[in-house]
Amino acid sequence: MSAVTEAAPVRTPQPRGGIGRSVRDSLVVAKRNLIRMLRIPEVVIFGLIQPIMFVVLFTYVFGGSITIPGAAPGNAQAYREFLMAGIFAQTVTFATAGAGAGIADDMHKGLIDRFRSLPMSRGAVLTGRTLADLVQTALTLVVLAVVALIIGWRAHENLAKVLVGFALLLLLGYAFSWIGALIGLTVRTPEAATSGGLIWLFPLTFISNAFVPVNGMPAFLQYIAEWNPFSATVQAARDLFGNSIAGRPVSVTGAWPMEHPVWASIIWSLLIIALFRTLAVRKYRSATA
Amino acid sequence: MPGAIYAEALVKTFGDVKALDGVDFDVPEGSVLGLLGPNGAGKTTAVRVLTTLLRPDSGSATVAGIDVLRHPDRVRRSIGLSGQFAAVDEYLTGRENLVMVGRLYQMSGRDAKRRAAELLERFHLTDAADRTAKTYSGGMRRRLDLAAALVVSPPVMFMDEPTTGLDPRNRQQLWDVIQELVAGGTTLLLTTQYLEEADRLAHDICVIDHGRVIARGTSDQLKARTGGERVEVVVHTPEQIRIADEVLRRFGTGEGTIETHTRKLTVPVTGGAKLLAEVIRELDTRGVEIDDIGLRRPTLDDVFISLTGHAAETGTENGAGADGDGGSGGRKDGRRKDTKRRKKAAKDGVDATPEPTKEAVK
Repeated sequence: MSAVTEAAPVRTPQPRGGIGRSVRDSLVVAKRNLIRMLRIPEVVIFGLIQPIMFVVLFTYVFGGSITIPGAAPGNAQAYREFLMAGIFAQTVTFATAGAGAGIADDMHKGLIDRFRSLPMSRGAVLTGRTLADLVQTALTLVVLAVVALIIGWRAHENLAKVLVGFALLLLLGYAFSWIGALIGLTVRTPEAATSGGLIWLFPLTFISNAFVPVNGMPAFLQYIAEWNPFSATVQAARDLFGNSIAGRPVSVTGAWPMEHPVWASIIWSLLIIALFRTLAVRKYRSATA
Repeated sequence: MPGAIYAEALVKTFGDVKALDGVDFDVPEGSVLGLLGPNGAGKTTAVRVLTTLLRPDSGSATVAGIDVLRHPDRVRRSIGLSGQFAAVDEYLTGRENLVMVGRLYQMSGRDAKRRAAELLERFHLTDAADRTAKTYSGGMRRRLDLAAALVVSPPVMFMDEPTTGLDPRNRQQLWDVIQELVAGGTTLLLTTQYLEEADRLAHDICVIDHGRVIARGTSDQLKARTGGERVEVVVHTPEQIRIADEVLRRFGTGEGTIETHTRKLTVPVTGGAKLLAEVIRELDTRGVEIDDIGLRRPTLDDVFISLTGHAAETGTENGAGADGDGGSGGRKDGRRKDTKRRKKAAKDGVDATPEPTKEAVK
């Protein structure tokens, strides 16, 4: 053993195996992003205010006017229970904007260049970011669930089912943060990544079964809404929370995802991850500030 | 045997712009190559290719003997990169930044922490170690950025405009650090727009413009190419200009210049300090009162202008996208218009901003 002096050369670390290195590097980057989150709590707080606002607005503004099939007209409690899965799902998709803005910011500030010049796993910067977003999304869901309970939302299934419901929501959020990662690497500024990550979310989340039952929509929109990947997770969570009206037909158009929402939700999310992770990592390899 | 950084016929095109148009370097181990050129010349692109950030369209390169295109991951273990943007996470503390980089160089947590503490000490950041980098001054951020590039003491370092935008005191500090590093045996490729910086730090200089190497050599060789030294005299009164001119004609090796309004006379000479002493004696004998006199050597600024036809600080329009903007103030578009005049001035030996002269005599 030699004494450590300032002049002592630091031995160049040995190369490590692929998967071990990927996991380790991803966790290092995730930790970095979580520390940032703690130091910029505004981002997390604003991320919470929006869904809470949506819950309150939808429940009290629309709640009395929207009739849930199978429930009595104007039954606000039925709508409240119907709505929450939709709000939860919409909230997790906002991770897209966070991931996009974060990565665009790293590009802009030259951090991506630094990471790319290091002997680290190629996917780790993006995986680390999406993992950190997953933690943030989970926190947001907890707070939102508490708010929902306060205004009268109740789950009617056992805890295991409810937890599976939340797990599917988190998986969807994780999938969407990979879309955000690709957007962040593609646009030039964090501002563009934020709006680029949000704009298409509105039609995507509104042409769905999230906020209103699809039977009020024109026929072609019903097809779109029921095949919308987003709807599958909403329906799955709704069923797992016991918030669907018992005995009503689950689908208007007979779409497969509505008949098997849990499987459809898993398949859609994994497909999105597979596609966008591949595209984002490829983009990262050649990313230039 | 190729050097620690070796590049052959590198070509990289962005759209219509040839950012690199057949660039070669060979940097011997332990030496410093200064890559000198205006914005958009291709300096940053060259660094990005050599640090595995960008694949060239054609050409080949090795760093520390490793093929950059074939084994980029191995190259990354042997290099440190410090850029013009000070790429540190401003919401992490100095220490957290360095530990993170150490971990990503695949060091163990303990080694990374120990190394971070050493570097913070060495770069005088210990007091600020546990503050977020957001609170750091520009100079401190650059030092942190440089420390991050040195986490594994890489044998080969790349610094892309390390002092752009820094004030003179911080620039001086950073130069000291870089010189210390090179004294320790690190091979360094440095890009700069500051001729003074290349002059001060680099053993060899490559002048690059429009993606091509237009001249290379030591600072002295490049200066010699531009022309020799000259004596510059400022006399006390306008009446003495004529007498001083007579004296200087006898010592000069060529046509001199006279600026009447500043009472400044310049003449090319050979003979150095000894000749300067003779000029002073002769002027004294003839009763000329001297306000200032000195032996001026051509600056790299002069070299640059004579090679490229424009001043070093002037950006070129077409290549700007490839190199990004250098970010420092003082580069105004208006200066382009001055190019011709400055070029002529340089030829005439009346440099607008002469380098402080070592042999200046009061």
